[in-house]
Amino acid sequence: MNARPDHSVLADQEGSARDDLLMDVRNVSLSFGGVKAITDISFDVRQGEIRAIIGPNGAGKTSMLNVINGFYTPQVGTITFRGVERRSMKPHDAVRQGIARTFQNVALFKGMSTLDNIMAGRSVLMKRNIVWQMLWRGPALREEIEHREKVEEIIDFLEIEHIRRTPVGKLPYGLQKRVELGRALAMEPSLLLLDEPMAGMNLEEKEDMSRFILDVNQQRGTTIALIEHDMGVVMDLSDRVVVLDYGKKIADGPPDEVKNSQAVIDAYLGVPH
Amino acid sequence: MAQAQPLPDTFPKYLLRNAEMFGSRAAMRHKDRGIWQSWTWSQQRDQIRDFAIGLTRLGLQKGDRVAIVGANRPRLYWAVCAVQSVGGVPVPVYADAVAEELSYVLTHAGVRFAVVQDQEQVDKLQSFIEQLTVLTAIIYDEPRGLRDYDKHMLHDYADVQEMGRSAQHADKQLATRWEQDIRAGSGEDISIMLYTSGTTGRSKGVMLKAKNAVKAAQDTVAFDKLSEKDSVLAYLPLAWVGDHYLNYAQGYVAGFCVACPESGQTITQDLRELAPTFYFAPPRVFEGLLTSITIRMEDAGRFKQRIYKHYIEVARKHGEAILEGRPVPASARVSYALGEILVYGPLKNVLGLSNIRVAYTAGEAIGSDLFSFFRSLGVNLKQLYGQTEAFLYVTCQKDGEVRSDTVGPPAPNVDIRISEDGEVQFRSPGMFSGYYLEEEKTAETLTEDGYVKTGDAGFFDTDGQLKIIDRAKDVGKLSSGALFAPKYLENMLKFFPNIKEAVAFGNGRDFASAFINIDLQAVGNWAERNNIAYASYQELAGHPLVYKMIAANVEDTNRRLAAEPMMAAAQIKRFLILHKELDADDGELTRTQKVRRAFVAERYAPLINALYEGVSEKYVETEVTYEDGRKGRIAATVKIVDAPVFKAAEPVKEAAE
Repeated sequence: MNARPDHSVLADQEGSARDDLLMDVRNVSLSFGGVKAITDISFDVRQGEIRAIIGPNGAGKTSMLNVINGFYTPQVGTITFRGVERRSMKPHDAVRQGIARTFQNVALFKGMSTLDNIMAGRSVLMKRNIVWQMLWRGPALREEIEHREKVEEIIDFLEIEHIRRTPVGKLPYGLQKRVELGRALAMEPSLLLLDEPMAGMNLEEKEDMSRFILDVNQQRGTTIALIEHDMGVVMDLSDRVVVLDYGKKIADGPPDEVKNSQAVIDAYLGVPH
Repeated sequence: MAQAQPLPDTFPKYLLRNAEMFGSRAAMRHKDRGIWQSWTWSQQRDQIRDFAIGLTRLGLQKGDRVAIVGANRPRLYWAVCAVQSVGGVPVPVYADAVAEELSYVLTHAGVRFAVVQDQEQVDKLQSFIEQLTVLTAIIYDEPRGLRDYDKHMLHDYADVQEMGRSAQHADKQLATRWEQDIRAGSGEDISIMLYTSGTTGRSKGVMLKAKNAVKAAQDTVAFDKLSEKDSVLAYLPLAWVGDHYLNYAQGYVAGFCVACPESGQTITQDLRELAPTFYFAPPRVFEGLLTSITIRMEDAGRFKQRIYKHYIEVARKHGEAILEGRPVPASARVSYALGEILVYGPLKNVLGLSNIRVAYTAGEAIGSDLFSFFRSLGVNLKQLYGQTEAFLYVTCQKDGEVRSDTVGPPAPNVDIRISEDGEVQFRSPGMFSGYYLEEEKTAETLTEDGYVKTGDAGFFDTDGQLKIIDRAKDVGKLSSGALFAPKYLENMLKFFPNIKEAVAFGNGRDFASAFINIDLQAVGNWAERNNIAYASYQELAGHPLVYKMIAANVEDTNRRLAAEPMMAAAQIKRFLILHKELDADDGELTRTQKVRRAFVAERYAPLINALYEGVSEKYVETEVTYEDGRKGRIAATVKIVDAPVFKAAEPVKEAAE
């Protein structure tokens, strides 16, 4: 699938100044009081790849995602996104920079229709101010039509035409997940963060979701960083995998190498004491 | 449709005619990205021309077979006409066919081209591509997911059209020559090959000649007075004769607009938005509609429920009479008009049936209550009987002469006869010209004097309407020689809501008898309301009051059978309620919930003997399989009850026709 050079499992890509670098996380540590959630983690995300972050429960995966997303600010370390280093910011800044995400437990507007939920994802891209929007005439109307076209493209892409007008609260879980993916896509992100996109799904829903994730990556060219529990899914989908355990990075590389790494096997299966 | 020239005898000729006559009227609609897109007849002609010429650039020759695989999409319908326009033979194939079925049909038909909907179909074809030795190109409608595929042999539909356009650009005469070729085309050519669904053995390629196909469509278009002002929603499988006939053939002949749904799951919404004037659906679709209405009304407020109940009752009493123009008291008309405003109108609107002029149902028996419900709302629902070999229509009901238990008199210009052993045979304008490469089977299906054997047993009722009673091979005779059609009896019984399944016996016996399965939900509800306690299906099934209730249903059935001279002898003299539900896990039903009569007869042989021995109860033990695969035994003493039989109505001499 990709002809990128291989990396050995534990080797850091120190000083790798590649031109396809989208995000570089360097020596990041995060702690809440005395609890160290993340300790000195470095990894990078390259343009156009599917990057997975995996690890057992409590390994710090979601914390890592929240750091990338700007929800948490790490005490130590730097994050460089598209060549610009940042230290402190809010989640909506992340959105403006082109980072969108989905949540482990679906966070949609339950009472709103699929269409409105995805339209909400476009709001950050709307230029007319609230007065124009309320008047809903001239430029604001034209703008709305443009956005609606983009949203319909996403609806078509995710094959959710039949639930366009259904309040999302009424939808089965698998479809809600798909709508949430749609809302994130509506922001036209350059980096899409997926927090356990397959959690709680049955096999068929997982297969569908995997297909969509691959399609998003290949057809829309969106770079994806995903957190996932399901090892099988991760190994099939991703180009490169970071493995965390107790807030530390224990492996990083293509799926095949990571799978055979002793540190990873120990972390997942446990070691005799 | 008054015109001086002779009527066209191929569909591409109709395309040219329609583009001239109805150039600016919509010919095709498709909901894309949430918006209905339309193509007029002249735009449709251009689309088809570009594609047709593109196909010839790819090497399509006269007589080549072209597979068309996918859902109802404008481009696939256009492909059908494009292929016909350059002398090829379209072969539509069921989109949900698994790779093996698809490979059988495609290799059997020897297709040189395949026009498919999307990646799914491309994948299927490529899984057996080495068997398709003559295949030269696969053309896909939707490029999604196909970006990284090996493009040797694969073409985007739009690119093929572009090829056609640039060819026309280079050679200005090309378009005119294309039209000339169409006008020179012969109605004797094979217009289409439709593969039967193959429920009994391998599917066979039914070849239909253009002039026959066109003639059949002309007849029914005139019969139902279809015109360019009509519209349909094309949602039935593209490869099924019904879709090809009702939407494509009738659409070209009448010039009406065919709309394609956004996707398979949006059909109900699309139907509501479009409100077509012509509609076809199998009985189970109507059943589903009625169930959803009933459930939603149960959730409605009291006031609404009362209005609904009142006006549905008004419709039940007078609706059908008003629809058929029979005399109705003025007060009833006023009531009905009010009901139209308050209930029927809004209801039809929600279902997308507001504008229906003609609706058909076919394929299986429809319950008379269900049938009447829709008719009483003012939906002109009728029945037809047909098959692929006839290019659909064999019989169809005339407006105003509609019944739920018959399929109507012969369709225009169709000649029907009942053979010695009760099989329905016909000759019709749309009759097929043979199975592709299977002359033996063609000969088996045709009689020596050129009638087609349908394999169905039936008879003409007193008013000249055909009644289909069963598959001919299942029909037997009582020892008296009277006709015994098990499925006919079973269907009559099953229309009672309390009866879920019935199995009739009587072949070679003195009289007909039946096993009955009660509907646990319906009877359970009834038991609850009447304070009847029960612990299991078995206990409820054996309850004397339940027996009494079912006996009344059987008595009703017998009374109705007595009114039919052909069936009167096969009234149900004795019946029993089975102590267990028939179950697919036990092999008593097929996975599609059809009774396996022979298997049931063998398994419950002691009970059948008891039916004919005259005893009033019988002890049986039956092995059952639980859902988790464990086996168990249930024992029961099953009661056997006599049912009253009625005197047969006066037999009528040979029915009309």
